[in-house]
Amino acid sequence: MLLVHFLRDMLQLTGTHIGCVVGRCGACTVLWNGRPVKSCMVLAIQTHGSEVTTIEGLSQNDRLLPLQEAFLESDAIECGYCTPGMVMAAYGLLLKNPSAGEAEIKRAISGNLCRCTGYVNIVKAIQSAVASGNRQEARRLCGVQDIVSE
Amino acid sequence: MYPNKFDYHRPASLSEATELMARYGQDARPLAGGQSLIPLMKLRLANPAVIVDLNGIPGLSYVRQQEDRLVIGALTCHSDVEDSEIVRNRHQMIGDAVRNIGDAQVRNLGTVGGSLVHCDPSGDWGPVLLALGGEVRCLGPAGERIIRGTDFFTDTYETARDPTEIVTEVRLRSPQPGAGGAYLKLERRSGDFAVVGVAVCLVLDANDVCREAAIGLGGVAPTYVKATSAESVLRGMPLSDAAIAEAARCLDAEIDPYSDIRAPAEYKRAMAKVFFQKAVELARRRATVGDS
Repeated sequence: MLLVHFLRDMLQLTGTHIGCVVGRCGACTVLWNGRPVKSCMVLAIQTHGSEVTTIEGLSQNDRLLPLQEAFLESDAIECGYCTPGMVMAAYGLLLKNPSAGEAEIKRAISGNLCRCTGYVNIVKAIQSAVASGNRQEARRLCGVQDIVSE
Repeated sequence: MYPNKFDYHRPASLSEATELMARYGQDARPLAGGQSLIPLMKLRLANPAVIVDLNGIPGLSYVRQQEDRLVIGALTCHSDVEDSEIVRNRHQMIGDAVRNIGDAQVRNLGTVGGSLVHCDPSGDWGPVLLALGGEVRCLGPAGERIIRGTDFFTDTYETARDPTEIVTEVRLRSPQPGAGGAYLKLERRSGDFAVVGVAVCLVLDANDVCREAAIGLGGVAPTYVKATSAESVLRGMPLSDAAIAEAARCLDAEIDPYSDIRAPAEYKRAMAKVFFQKAVELARRRATVGDS
């Protein structure tokens, strides 16, 4: 069984989407041990004993992360189908590189296809999350995690 | 788009893995990053009865300098190769290649060993292995052997690996003084497979005379090509436009592109020469600046 089907059908975590089936669109992106991967190209059983984070795992007590807020504020969501994958790819990027620039952001989401927005606002949303993280110097010193969480 | 049923094993050691591979042989496929194998299984073009997941075996993911060789564990993912200090500082051709494989998600799982064993004719690692005098270390029930890159790729999606063997390490030549290398790839979209991919490694002396040349190509034949005739044209000659043009002419005779959904054969043939010349120029610039 593929990881994406395990998440959606067995665990009822339907935030992770199936878009293309051929491993190209990235709508199925989750974090596996902190790294963005396409869950349609991972066997569920491979993840036994390790950590998988889905879009449902980002918000805490219904409170969105600044990254997620940025998607709303930047009009980076139209139909919303690519959005969970985009957010997970961005989240994975910011965990590794909290001060990512435009080129790095574009590289990080080049595995995520969007048919609606034209990508510009998605890039802006992620840039805005980087900027808000950078303003919180004190939190930066506490660890990368704080850049994208509250 | 669901894989067929399979039995799954996750050995915790190399000896356990080789024992499983020996037992199941042709019916088993080793699983590294899965970024080629799993899509094949979803399309049911691959229907292994047994999957041997290599990711539970410690010590197969590393990038190390070993005397005059760069050695990379077969399970090292493309992202980790890309991020490695040794690759960034000393092996630009490798960086060129891994940076453009697929996308971030694919690079986080796909491995150098998996890429070489999958042996897609348009893959990025094959040309690099050939241009860096690479070798592949295989482990099987009969023990270990080292297979030269030029012997490893035998046909489309076929290698010299025995079905009971697993690849454990990739070994590449490190740059000597005066070396410059580059990998350039024509792709239709970001992260696509190469229409053509050209890896060139040159060693130049102080007079811009080419002392060594190695050329690896992808996308231009049933499997990767080492352009030995073109190499011998360049070797021992000053790197003039005429020499490069002559080498490009020889290259033409060494490739055998076929038309596919990416491009017609004639286009691939034309682009192989263009990208060869561009790669030579970039390798030469890097050789004179003092890195490869």
